[in-house]
Amino acid sequence: MADLIVLIENWIEKILLGWGANQELTLFILQTLGSVLVVIICFVIVIALIWVERKLAGRIQDRFGPNRAGPYGIFQSFADIIKIFTKEYITPEGASKGLFNIAPVLAMASVLAIWAVFPFAMNVIGADIHVGVLYIVAVGAFGILAILMAGWSSNNRYALLGASRSVAMLISYEIPMVVSLLVPVLLAHSMKLSVIVEAQYPWFIFSAPLATLIFVISSMAEIGKAPFDLLEAESELVAGYHTEYSGMKFGMFYVAEFLHQFTVGALITIFFLGGWTGPLAVRWPILGVVYFYGKSFFVYLVISWIRLSLPRIRIDEMLNLNWKFLIPVSFINLVAVAIADRVLIELDLDRWIYVVVMFGINILILVTALMIAGKNQKAVVREEFPPRPVAVPPGTKAK
Amino acid sequence: MVPVIIFVLSSLITLGAAVAVVTNRNILHSAFYLILAFVGVASIYVMLEAPFIAVVQVLVYIGAIAILIVFAIMLTRRLMSKDLVQVNAQWGWALFGAVGSFVVLGWIAYSVQWPVSVQTVPADSITLIGEELLSTYVIPFEIASVLLLAALVGAIIIGRERE
Repeated sequence: MADLIVLIENWIEKILLGWGANQELTLFILQTLGSVLVVIICFVIVIALIWVERKLAGRIQDRFGPNRAGPYGIFQSFADIIKIFTKEYITPEGASKGLFNIAPVLAMASVLAIWAVFPFAMNVIGADIHVGVLYIVAVGAFGILAILMAGWSSNNRYALLGASRSVAMLISYEIPMVVSLLVPVLLAHSMKLSVIVEAQYPWFIFSAPLATLIFVISSMAEIGKAPFDLLEAESELVAGYHTEYSGMKFGMFYVAEFLHQFTVGALITIFFLGGWTGPLAVRWPILGVVYFYGKSFFVYLVISWIRLSLPRIRIDEMLNLNWKFLIPVSFINLVAVAIADRVLIELDLDRWIYVVVMFGINILILVTALMIAGKNQKAVVREEFPPRPVAVPPGTKAK
Repeated sequence: MVPVIIFVLSSLITLGAAVAVVTNRNILHSAFYLILAFVGVASIYVMLEAPFIAVVQVLVYIGAIAILIVFAIMLTRRLMSKDLVQVNAQWGWALFGAVGSFVVLGWIAYSVQWPVSVQTVPADSITLIGEELLSTYVIPFEIASVLLLAALVGAIIIGRERE
């Protein structure tokens, strides 16, 4: 009972070795099983998440949400899956076929690949590589590529516009995201995800709240949903880069989007909320898995709550927020945290004094930045236009 | 056995994609084949037990340079027309240069006795790289930083609207 997952792993290993498989093959089979299991869990979670999200959106927007298929509409997602599987695959005229079909797969893969390095519990870790943080950032680039491919290969002006808009946004929001990711790396003295999780005593959200805030905002932009969903603003761009997609090809983009949001929840859990750590997680590592998924799910709900309450921002506001606020603040924060961490470690104080001072420095930077931003903000002058009649009776001159 | 298969596969992918880059008529498809070639090179770095270089290869070449190339091509419409001529009057000289440099590089690769380290690859190479960059090689590191900063400032000055 001490460690369920390792127990099962050893059991399968023994069976395979008993059948006469050699060590290398056994390891290969075990790793394949592990990765397939992670992917399947991801998909099952997404099916549940879609229902939760739609129900939550319904409640927040004062309606019921799905309520026909099964009690509380819990079978709605399955009905949708069956429907989406039976739809026709349409490839538009003049589309670049290869790229058009690879794009949804790449979008899905770029999100799933991030899960390869996650530490799920103390001894249940995917690939525990030394460059884990860099790997996560690097793999994210494929998501941007998928959007570019989809937008260009569709042979549709709206899709191309949506793609170029989204790339402008994703590339610029990657900067504050990466810089704020450097803060936990700096505090843990490692890029290895398992070391980062184990170094969180207490959680980094207390010693680096500003980095957490910047990471949450910029990764919400990376997801590309409201309030940063101007890459698929339906009033301007039909549906952005996936305008021409139908059936399961659209389904893959849709699932990738949901999974990306859950992945962001998992990333925030790992970097700032202590990952699998929690009461008794060291004694019973299986509890760590529960904590990990529980915390990720909590962050997911918080992100959904934020984005369901906010309207879409304009493209110039989106760029201003990033280049004039998030990037400078995140760089100042990084330098300040680096210096403060070094000084406080040299002073060799108690752990709680360290956390309190770090928290204070973070809040100080945030308040100062907000004050400077507020002072420099120009008063918004709304231009007033004379009312323009929609229909003009014949014979009269429109003003 | 398995490493050999993976090495052959990733080499074939790299070389095949590289050939496709230069033979493809659609320049955007060429750009995407270039990305495939980068992925192949990154997987060879992984096989050489250089995970840091591999990840940086993906991050810099695919995440930044390739996306910039694709974006630039997408903004220029004439480059993607199908009746584009792939060669110009100087193709002979270009062929000479390409074959010449291939021969020279191949000759160097064959004739040089490459030194082989007997040490095993350190598990935590990224920490060593970081420490070396900020102690032994701090001056080249700083010069590279200043160069990059100058490039950034230069880009902003060029891109800025004239007042």
